[in-house]
Amino acid sequence: MSFPLLTATALVPAVGAVATAAVPAARRTAAKWLALAFSLATLVLAGAVLARFDPGGDRYQLTESHAWISSFGVRYELGVDGIGAVMVALTALLVPFVMLAGWHDADPLEEPEPNRRWRPTQGFFALVLLVEAMVVISFEATDVFLFYVFFEAMLIPMYFLIGGFGDRAGERGEDEAAKQRSYAAVKFLLYNLAGGLVMLAAVVGLYAVTAGQLGEGTFSLARIAEARAAGDLAFDPTVEKLLFLGFFLAFAVKAPLWPLHTWLPNAMGESTAPVAVLITAVVDKVGTFAMLRFCLQLFPGASEWATPVVLVLAVVSILYGALLAVGQRDIKRLIAYASVSHFGFIVLGIFAMTSQGQTGATLYMVNHGISTAALMLVAGFLISRRGSRLIADFGGVQKVAPVLAGTFLIGGLATLSLPGLAPFVSEFLVLVGTFSRYPVLGIVATFGIVLAALYVLVLYQRTMTGPVRDGVRGMPDLRARELAVVAPLIALLLFLGVFPRPVTDIVDPAVRQTLSDVHKTDPKPDLTEAAK
Amino acid sequence: MSTTADVHSLWTAAADIHLAADAIQAPKIEYAQLSPTLIVLAAAIIGVLVEAFVPRRARHGTQLALSVTGLAAAFAAVVTLAAGGHATTKAQLAAMGAVAVDGPALFLQGTILLVGILGVLTFAERRLEPAEKGGTLDSFTAQGAAVPGSEDEKQAVRAGFTTTEVFPLVLFAIAGMLVFPAAADLLTLFVALEILSLPLYLLCALARRRRLLSQEAAVKYFLLGAFSSAFFLFGVALLYGYAGTLNLGGIASVIEGGAQLTPALADTTGNDALLLIGGAMVVTGLLFKVGAVPFHSWTPDVYQGAPTPVTGFMAAATKVAAFGALLRLLYVALPGLRWDWRPVMWGVAILTMVVGAVVAVTQTDVKRLLAYSSIAHAGFILAGVVATSPEGVSSVLFYLAAYSFVTVGAFAVVTLVRDAGGESTHLSGWAGLGRRSPLVAAVFAVFLLAFAGIPLTSGFAGKFAVFKAAAEGGAGVLVVVGVIASAVAAFFYIRVIVLMFFSEPKAEGPTVAVPSVLTSTVIAAGVVVTVVLGILPQYFLDLAGQAGVFVR
Repeated sequence: MSFPLLTATALVPAVGAVATAAVPAARRTAAKWLALAFSLATLVLAGAVLARFDPGGDRYQLTESHAWISSFGVRYELGVDGIGAVMVALTALLVPFVMLAGWHDADPLEEPEPNRRWRPTQGFFALVLLVEAMVVISFEATDVFLFYVFFEAMLIPMYFLIGGFGDRAGERGEDEAAKQRSYAAVKFLLYNLAGGLVMLAAVVGLYAVTAGQLGEGTFSLARIAEARAAGDLAFDPTVEKLLFLGFFLAFAVKAPLWPLHTWLPNAMGESTAPVAVLITAVVDKVGTFAMLRFCLQLFPGASEWATPVVLVLAVVSILYGALLAVGQRDIKRLIAYASVSHFGFIVLGIFAMTSQGQTGATLYMVNHGISTAALMLVAGFLISRRGSRLIADFGGVQKVAPVLAGTFLIGGLATLSLPGLAPFVSEFLVLVGTFSRYPVLGIVATFGIVLAALYVLVLYQRTMTGPVRDGVRGMPDLRARELAVVAPLIALLLFLGVFPRPVTDIVDPAVRQTLSDVHKTDPKPDLTEAAK
Repeated sequence: MSTTADVHSLWTAAADIHLAADAIQAPKIEYAQLSPTLIVLAAAIIGVLVEAFVPRRARHGTQLALSVTGLAAAFAAVVTLAAGGHATTKAQLAAMGAVAVDGPALFLQGTILLVGILGVLTFAERRLEPAEKGGTLDSFTAQGAAVPGSEDEKQAVRAGFTTTEVFPLVLFAIAGMLVFPAAADLLTLFVALEILSLPLYLLCALARRRRLLSQEAAVKYFLLGAFSSAFFLFGVALLYGYAGTLNLGGIASVIEGGAQLTPALADTTGNDALLLIGGAMVVTGLLFKVGAVPFHSWTPDVYQGAPTPVTGFMAAATKVAAFGALLRLLYVALPGLRWDWRPVMWGVAILTMVVGAVVAVTQTDVKRLLAYSSIAHAGFILAGVVATSPEGVSSVLFYLAAYSFVTVGAFAVVTLVRDAGGESTHLSGWAGLGRRSPLVAAVFAVFLLAFAGIPLTSGFAGKFAVFKAAAEGGAGVLVVVGVIASAVAAFFYIRVIVLMFFSEPKAEGPTVAVPSVLTSTVIAAGVVVTVVLGILPQYFLDLAGQAGVFVR
């Protein structure tokens, strides 16, 4: 039996979480380093996954399969396709930065006198590792039930991260902040839990269908695909649509897609910047990823049936998110709405059902992860210096903290998809992929880019340029730790901006497979038109 | 009305004996197969003797040792029977057809006994109440007969009396619960119902603190319980009139039309009105015990007023026993009638899930909250009951096992949170508990998450099993309603977690008492079972799956 590499990528952070939580209260700093070490070990393992992955090989690689709950037909089945491998790598890559950026996030919670039982620092880092473990395993699960278990379970540590370690900035007072924070955490949980429970009904339904037609229920993607190819399994169209809706709703809440997005600005606004990055750059990606892996693969017919509506929702998300971002007065909520807009692009790319669209969407997930992390983390550094999230409280930062302003600008430019930076490539691919099949939607979506330029540049102008405001005077520039967080992310943005091949090469075969699942081929370019 | 029915049945019994005079045989009792119940009953009787003859000082320890030993021995007997194949291949009716020894019976008996052991441990806890004059106090009143607030009561407290009768009482209740899911005829079922109920009514009244509330709870429970018993008995009489037999299997064969008619009852036998009304009344009696809507109204008051260890035990074990009996009645006696009872049970299940979950949202007392949550859970379990398939049975068995341990554990945690007036059950007092006692709060959070059915806890595995069985049984609507009710229910479980972890502690808030090894064991067992059944449920699902067939 070969080394279970995929299990290891999830097990290492899980073990790390337990180990970190067990560190005694007085050894706070040791706990931080321990957690960071575990996250780096996970990164190494994720690198090994990428290295071992052969784009020309089988669809799912590094597979593991063990019996788990045979009464439910559930197996512990892991495997990655190109998309999964890239997402695992993205997660493992971002978590160390999240930790470094949040190095002091739990400090305000520490009590002055030593308290043996109260260990917020250990809790924070353990929860981050736990989220990482659960996200990683949901990118790797090829059993629907296994995926569902972790898709739901990850809400709990995430919930504690939002509600327990929220943003303490601002003049609204600790009581009001606590109220807002717990409101945001509960809203996050209830939206996602409700979506997840609807999905549970669909999961149960999937079992009933497979059990009815195959004699024994199964959740294994491989088994279902096999049975379908052999003609043993065929969904009744109505049932398929209902099941698709159950799955899609959960993923659309998570992604989040308009009009199910309203928890995101609250959650990102009230949590600390690193946790906000964890939400939008890591956890939410499970939603869009799962649309690709589960909705399209399991229910190709229903996916096609739902495509027009989903595309319209995606375009609405793009424009609505961007428009609201323009109107925000709060930096973090602005970035949250920008993310809503970007998730619209990702969903658009997925459901355009073209290879450029889906490759672009996958690349978009990676790039959005990195660019939002860069922008949000720098914004977090900025906010913690001033103690306020309001754009109006800033001004002239570039004069006192030029490096901070510069990195903020690069993060912002990445968010608006400036050519040369990574997100441009993915956004371009998504739009091309959409345009070749749905030209009108492609054109409308392009307005999202225009609005993006508006909200990013106005944000930069108001906070960084102009006369130096009172609270900004004497603001220190980025420290070494902070620079260590931002510099690698920016380097990656530049690298993937000019050379996205490493990612697209891995992703492409998986995308073609998914397209063949939904019986779609790319529309042929119309040569007669070009000849004129 | 019920007297005429009784006379009627006595008369026919006499006629029977007369007709079959030469066929009388000495009753054959399979003592080995009945040993779990007999052991518990013996322990209970010895417990009564201990009350009479052992000096007061030594009673507590003796009773505790006796109860735990008795329950453990009974559990060992259950395991031996199950290992000997009595759950599967050798399943049969014992004691002349009065008691079934089969898979569901043994599975549920095992669960009840384990829960009973944990319950007894919480009963025996004496470290939580602030001790007066160096004595140690448990959760029970010094003297049940003393009027609250009277001189008698003060004297009893001063003398350091303790109510160690609770141990034999709970053993009697457990004995009734062991027979309840195993009873194969309606009269045995009724006797078991009374044996399990009467000690519980008493136990509810014995709280040390807030005695009036406790006594009120007991009276409510007793009156409504007596009412439901009357319903049950009336239904039994009507069913006898219909079938001419009290035997569950016998009733089923009359419904299927394959049985011989009793000549004396030729006028009424096969009268569908008797069958439908009688069946409905019997089922009503059982639905009362499981706390299903619309027979749930006693639950919150009783759960709140009873001493918390009693609440925990009762909430877990009674539900297990009553669902066992309900399953047996519906699956053994009335399967031929399922097209009649299934729609009704659908309605009851939907109502129970929705009302339980929705009303729980407005609760401000932990014990009442858990009471409404138990109502919602009864609804989820009913969704498995209506599946009418072996999978339905085994999913219900698994759910009951999972749920009962979570419940006992959760109520054990409730006993720890105290202020000057005893347990602090108002939710506002729980604010900031996570900061003051992270471990206790975390443990309670685990139980709440299990109640909410979050994956990786036993609650999720149970819920999935039940919903799966319901979906396969064609009750997809129930699954959808169940899922929506779960979402509503999740809201109030989460609210408690928010309160514990994200609210500032109140200055005058309650403290968390440090329990003795007894309560700690109970809580630890609850957590372990919750997590193990959540992550590796297969072994227990197999066990429940093998136990999914009733003997007739």
